[in-house]
Order: sequence, then structure tokens, then C-alpha cells
Amino acid sequence: MSMFTAPPIAAALKVDAKPRPVQQLLNRRGLAKLLLLAVAAAVLVPLLHAKYGAAWPSSLTVDVSGPLGRTSDWIIDNRDSHWLFTYFLGHLSNAVVLSVRGVYLLLLALGWTGVTAGVTLLAWRVAGVRIAATALISFLVSGLLGMWVPTMQTLALMVVAVVASVVVGALLGLAAGLSGRLFKLLRPVLDTMQVLPAFAYLLPVVLVFGIGVPAALLATVIYAAPPMARLTALGLRGADAGVLEAVSSLGATGRQRLLTARLPLARKELLLGVNQSIMMALSMVVIASMIGAAGLGDRVYQALASVDVGAALAAAIPIVLLAIVMDRTTAAAGERLGAEPDTSGPKLLRGRLVWAGIGVLTAVLALVGRLTGSLVWPTGWVVAIARPVNDFKEWMVGHLYSGVPVIGGTADWAAHFTNWVLNPLRDGLTALPWYGTLLIVAALAWLIGTWRTALTAVLAMAAIGVLGVWKPSMNTLSQVIAALVVTLVLGFGIGVLAAGSKRFEAILRPVLDVMQTMPQFVYLIPVVALFAVGRAPAAAAAVVYALPAVIRITTQGLRQVDAAAMESARSLGATRWQTLRQVQLPLARPALLLAVNQGVVLVLAVVIIGGLVGGGALGYDVVTGLATGDLALGLVAGVAIVCLGLMLDRVTQPTERRTTGKGA
Amino acid sequence: MSRTRTLTKIAGTSVVTGAVLLSLTSCGKADMTKQASPFAAAKGSKSVTLSVQTWVGAQSNVAVAKYLLESKLGYHVDTVQVDEIPAWDALSQGRVDAILEDWGHPDQEQRYVKDKKTITAGGGNGVTGHIGWYVPKYWADKHPEVTNWKNLNKVASQLRTSESGNKGQLMDGSPSYVTNDKALVKNLKLNYEVVFAGSEAAQITQIQQFAKQKKPFLTYWYEPQWLFNQVPMEEVKLPKYTDACAEKGVKDPTSIDCAYPTTPLQKFFNTDFAKSGSSAAAFLKHFSWSKDDQNEVSEMIASGGLSADEAAKRWVDKHPDVWKKWLPKR
Repeated sequence: MSMFTAPPIAAALKVDAKPRPVQQLLNRRGLAKLLLLAVAAAVLVPLLHAKYGAAWPSSLTVDVSGPLGRTSDWIIDNRDSHWLFTYFLGHLSNAVVLSVRGVYLLLLALGWTGVTAGVTLLAWRVAGVRIAATALISFLVSGLLGMWVPTMQTLALMVVAVVASVVVGALLGLAAGLSGRLFKLLRPVLDTMQVLPAFAYLLPVVLVFGIGVPAALLATVIYAAPPMARLTALGLRGADAGVLEAVSSLGATGRQRLLTARLPLARKELLLGVNQSIMMALSMVVIASMIGAAGLGDRVYQALASVDVGAALAAAIPIVLLAIVMDRTTAAAGERLGAEPDTSGPKLLRGRLVWAGIGVLTAVLALVGRLTGSLVWPTGWVVAIARPVNDFKEWMVGHLYSGVPVIGGTADWAAHFTNWVLNPLRDGLTALPWYGTLLIVAALAWLIGTWRTALTAVLAMAAIGVLGVWKPSMNTLSQVIAALVVTLVLGFGIGVLAAGSKRFEAILRPVLDVMQTMPQFVYLIPVVALFAVGRAPAAAAAVVYALPAVIRITTQGLRQVDAAAMESARSLGATRWQTLRQVQLPLARPALLLAVNQGVVLVLAVVIIGGLVGGGALGYDVVTGLATGDLALGLVAGVAIVCLGLMLDRVTQPTERRTTGKGA
Repeated sequence: MSRTRTLTKIAGTSVVTGAVLLSLTSCGKADMTKQASPFAAAKGSKSVTLSVQTWVGAQSNVAVAKYLLESKLGYHVDTVQVDEIPAWDALSQGRVDAILEDWGHPDQEQRYVKDKKTITAGGGNGVTGHIGWYVPKYWADKHPEVTNWKNLNKVASQLRTSESGNKGQLMDGSPSYVTNDKALVKNLKLNYEVVFAGSEAAQITQIQQFAKQKKPFLTYWYEPQWLFNQVPMEEVKLPKYTDACAEKGVKDPTSIDCAYPTTPLQKFFNTDFAKSGSSAAAFLKHFSWSKDDQNEVSEMIASGGLSADEAAKRWVDKHPDVWKKWLPKR
């Protein structure tokens, strides 16, 4: 359940729909905001237009390629001599290599019997029999696919990355949780980090650390630590004031208060943070392989280079399984924390002795494995799935690509989508005067949020112009909007169906799990085969990736609508459709807005990766920067993506009037 | 009050932990440009790391070298997939020991081979590479005029796609490949739009799709490449390559208006590795084969569905006369 259900979802879903009068007031306030903006526009637009014209003015751009090129040269020339590298970053990189190697050697020493047994027992202890069975099957399947060694490499990397993310995140969160000022400072940063496509900051990391595991691990930590920090801070700050008062009146020192009251009270948030960090880290596996992460991600990446979807899938399935096992285990552990004391499960599995028991059993099984002589996975036990998968892909593409009667082939759809949706949208956005774009962004962000969010959004957009990448950014934006609309139409539709039928939801759930954890790279190639090179396949991949989150949030939101309201509507004789339209959907409005927000962030992340399949624009610039080591090109595009993400998030982020801080 | 104290303590603890961690790793300098991969084989065993580029020809070089190093010389071989230019950086740092196929990167050569001397040139690998514009044979047979750039404007309307708008589409591949296509289209006044597929995989998939439907297309492509065996293509004549044109291009890349050169593909080694005198270094220095040899292996990998190791084994079994010469004399 908790897979990728980011914390704000849970928070926002609790916000009850506002009663009517408040809504009207809001509308009136919205009107006032719009009027104010219109007045400002009436004054400013003629001035700006007279001075600068409709295209982004060249006098307002800053060319940063010179300094960035010099920085890049300096780093390459001094990487082996300057103290910053030899005395600080070098040790950091060393520590990463040592710890990953340590975990990897341990996993290899345990052998397949030891690892499988250890993980299964652990899952049993913290999460129950069903999840233990899932873990057991998952590891056996990974072995059967011939992916045991890469799986262990990825696992070693993940263990170190998750531990580092959790430690860094918890420390940051602790600091922010204890100091109000720091919290105010960190919160916008963390909020922003969560919407950044990881693709954007691979390049600087590679430049400093070079291709390899340290760079990959650090990029993963940067991506996975923020949710932990965010949730720790929120958990600590959300502690019941009454309890804290009681504890301090008992004469507890600050440290005692922290250890005995605040941290235990924040347990659930902490575990949710760990869960989120794990999922974020796993979603980086393939992307990080572009900068040398090795393991499963590298197998996926290499298979795609020779257009071998089957081989890519064989490496992707273990990633999906790892994600599902880790998610279920941590999520179940989080749920159990609430229901203490633990009375479920066999007696043997309770108490402290169990941990020792798990250790001993694992060691014994590892020894058994070793004695029977197979350290790594037994060579004969491998099932090759690449061939049938490729045959299936060929068949599917062959039959769907074009010439399907009545509805036309996928290639025709893609052409229509590009010609009728993407092209007009891109041309429209590019032709729109820059101040017009800024005004629209300001209006949208202000209507849905506060003047602070509006200001952030406008500044982010302006930064794109200043960096001189206005045109490609508009191109990327048009792809994001088009893909988002498709995602929302499909997502809301399926979400409504799933909310209406428990059985449908049960069937849907595993499908969504797989869609959400399957590395996007795996379906990039089939998508090209179906939709031809260009922006259409990028948009299609984005829809596939963002759809599950939108469906989930919609379903959840509709389900949580007050049953009494539904009942009364029905007793008044409303049809099912009327109930849905007039009661359920309006009441679930916060959830739907949240779905839009999540959808936008996810779509942007994939549209960028779409640079690999002809999406062009900013994504292509980042790919080029990475591939040619061109810091100026890649970093500018990366920053533009960040700004675009920031703007899109602020424009769609419903700001429930928060009591703590303003997510500016 | 107590809050600030806790904060200071936390800050203090984290600083101490950090310091301990740092001192644990080792004291003094740590040159991160000399660190091995955590997944490399244990110290003491003979091991080599080779860079594999994304295209299949390069994978064939590595597959055969790897197979021979492992089966005949008793090495353990690790491979790392890296893009062309980052591969130079990795080679310079010793993260990889050798690149077996380089298509010419004068900037990098200047920096690492001549200035820093961390990379040593390893001679040619026997294959000559050529980049050009290609059209499918089934189209060229019907319309022989399309193999000359002067006639391309006449057929531009046949090559329109939704990505190229009302111009013809010239498809380019991965951004890491050497390309002057944008400059060429502009300087030769062609009514074409360069559409970047973004990766070679996407480009190959698209070419295969076009070929299945017998649709005309124009693409940036290169030889040797296994796809020619599946989709026969013919090169489009561009204005003749001259040294003067190339020199002009070095000064201003947007001014190039002639064809791509033919490039004898080069090997490069990490200097320490080359000087180590190991049998692997000697073997890789001698490594050199023909375009047909390479294509044979590539085809087995890319369309025969064999794993790289299996394809290399089959080739090695068939051609002992070629590889026997590479083995160092005992």
C-alpha cells in the first residue's frame, strides 16, 4: 500500500473537504487575486513588450558556458593533486568503495542459501509469513533468471546507499525537528529535492568522482535522503505537546525528552521515512548505471544497447522483486509498530532470542550451501526468458504498429498525437510572449497556493530564461502537459472504476506495483518500436510511469469520502453517476489535486529520460552533457529541469493553510 | 536552552563520527583517481578491466579479448559500460585498463596522452571505421538518384515524419557519437531536419521498423555495423572529404561542408597498465583483426541472440589463425 505513497498524500487526504461558504469565500479571494494580477499585467506588459519584445530578451540572459567549462577543466586537472580531493572527497570515495565491497563479500560468503534464508527469516520476523514467502520466491526467481551475482551487487550497493541515506536524512531531520529556524530553512530545500528528476544531477557527481560506484552511490543518496529527513522532521515536530509537557514537568532533560518521548512518538514517521528512502534508492538502480553503478541496472542498460528487451527484462524482474520485498517488509513493520504487543506469528518468532536464532540459522544454511559446493547460484538452475520475451515483443509490435483495421496502428496514433497535440502545444508555448507565460504561471500558482508559492514559480521560470534555454524548456513543458492530460484522463477513469469495485482493485494492485517499480528504461525500447522515434514515445513512457500513482491516489481519495454523505445522497434517489459527480468527486477534491501534483512530478521525470528515445529538448541536452562530458550544456539543462520541476510543483501544489511554515 | 544544547551535542557527535570514519579509511592522502571497483576480483588474482562502448562492434572486440584473456591467459576480466568521452576519463584514472576501439577524439588525446601522459596510444585494432549518411537499398534501387546529396532536396517530402514537420527527416543517433550533421544540413542548404533518436538502441529500432514497412528513410550511420546484414543500406555521396575542410571544421565546427573521414580505429591503454609488462598488456597490444571478423561476432550477438561470451567462443573456435598471433610468446 505504501509504495510511493509520499507523505504529503497521507497528510492531505486527512484534510476534510471545505464546507460550501468557505469555498465561496475562497472563490472570491481567487477573484481578488486575479484582479490584482490583471492590474499589474496591464501596467507591466506594455512596458516590458516595448522594451524587450515577445521572445526572451537576449539582454536578460547570462552565458555561463565559459566559467562552467573552466570549472570542469580545473576539476579534471586537479583531481589527483588538490587537497580538497585527496584529503576529503578521496576519503569519502574510499569509504564508499570499502563499505560496498564489505557488504558484497559478506553476501558472496553467505552464498545463495545463506542470503535467501537470512532475508526470508528476517521478513518473517518483522512482517509475517506471507511476506516471508514473497521474499523467498523473489530471491529464488532472481537466481533462476541467472541474475544472482548482479542481484548481489545491486543489493550491496542498496544496503550501503540506504544506510547512508537514512543516517544522513535522520541527522538532518533531527536538526530540523529540534530547531524551528533550521526547519524553516530546510523545508523548502527538502520539498524541492523531492521533485527533482535524478537525471538532472548525475553530471556534476560524475565530474567530481568519475564514472564508478562512488559516484553512483552518492547520486543515489542525494536522491533518497530527503524523504527521510523530511519525515523525521515532521514526526518530531508533530509530537503531542501534552505528552512533551508532561515529560518535562517530570524533570526530564532535553536529551531524555528526545530519547524517551519525541523519538518514540515519531516512530511511525521514521519507519515510513526508511520505507520511502528504500524505494527512492531502488528507483535509482538503472539510472545510476549510466554512471557506473554495475549490478542489475548495468545489465538492463547493456541489454538495451543491443535492443534486447528480453535480456533487459530478465535483469529488471529482480529489481521489481527486490523493491516489492523491501517495500512490503518495511511497510508491514511500520504497521506492526502500532499494534504492540505482538501476538501474531508463532511463539518461536518472538522475543530477543529470535534475532540470535535468525543469525544462527542463516549461518548454518550458508555453511550447508558452502559444503554442497555451490557458492554462487548453481550453474544448471537457470531459465532463459530472453528469447520468448523478444518473440512476444516482435509479435506485438508486428501486429500493432500499423494497419490495424478501424482504429489504426500505434504508429498512426503517435503521428496524430504529435501532429495534433504536441506540435500545436509546443508552437503555442514557444510563441507565447515570455511575460505572458510568467503571468499565467503566477496566476495559477497564486490561485492554488499563496503569494510565496507564486513568487517561487515565477522566479523559477525566469531563471530558465536567464540561462538561455527558454525554447527547449517550452518544448519539454509541452510534452509534460500533453502526457499529464493523458495520464489524468486515464488515471481518474481507472481510479473511479477501482474505487467502485473491490475485485477490480484487487486485480489492479499487482499490476500497479509492477508498473511503478519497473525501471523506465525497460519499456523505452518497446515504446519506440510501437510509437516510432520522437516525442510521442517519451510521452507514452511518461504516462505508463505516472499512471499508477494517479490511480492509487484517486482510488484512495474516493474511498475515503464520508460514507454518510454517500448514503444520504443515495436515499435522496441519486443515481450512481449523480452520486459520483455531485458528492464523491467534489468531496475527494483534495485527493484529486494531489494526484495532479504527483502526476506532474512523475511525468516530468520520464519526459526527461525520453531524451534517449528522441524526446529532444532538455532531456537530450542532459544526455548529451553526460555522454560527452560537457558540463556547460548538461548542467544548464539540468538546472532548467530543476526550475521547471519547481514551477510545475508550485503551480499544482494545493497549499492547505499549514500551521507550520509555508512551503515556499 | 536545552534544545540548543541537544543540537550542539548532535552536531558534535556527527562531526566526531565523520572524523572517525575518515580516520578509519586511512590517514593522509587518498587519491580517488586510483581506486578500484568494489566488485573487482580479489587482490592478487590477475585481472583486467575493459571499457565496453554501447555499440555492438565494440562489444565484439571486448567479448573476444575477454574470452581469450580468461581462457588462454588465466585472467579475470571485468567490463564497464561507459560512453566514449567519459571512457577517456575513466581510462586516465585507471578505472579501466584499456579502450579497444576509439573513433578519434583529438581533444582528449591532447589532454591525456600528450599533456598528462596518463594514457598511452595502443595502435590500431585493424578495423577502419566510416561515418556517413545512408539510405535503405530497397529505396536506392528504385531511385538511384537519392544516393547523391544534390538530389536529396527533391525527395525531402517523401522523408517527412511528424517529428521533422514539413522538412525531410535525417535521423541521428546517440549524442555521444561524432556528428556534424546539423552543420552539414545548414551549409549544404538541405531542406532537412536533424532528428536525434537519443540513443543507438532507439535508432536501430526505428530503422528496423522502417525496413519492415519498406519505407524510405535517411539516417546517420557507420561502418562496420551488423545492422547492414539485416537492413542493407547504401551510402549517400556527400561533398568530398578534404584536409582543408577538416581544418576549417576544427576552428569552427559549424562551418563543415564535406563528408566524414575514414578513421582507422585506435586502441588506448592506461599508461601504468601498458608499462606493467603483464601478458595481458602484451596481448591487447597485439590485438588486431579485420572488419569481417568483427562483423561476424557482432552479428551473432545482435541478431543471432547469442550471449557475447558464446559468440566470442564460436569465433575463437573457428579462427585460430587470427588470434594465435596475439598471444605473447613465452
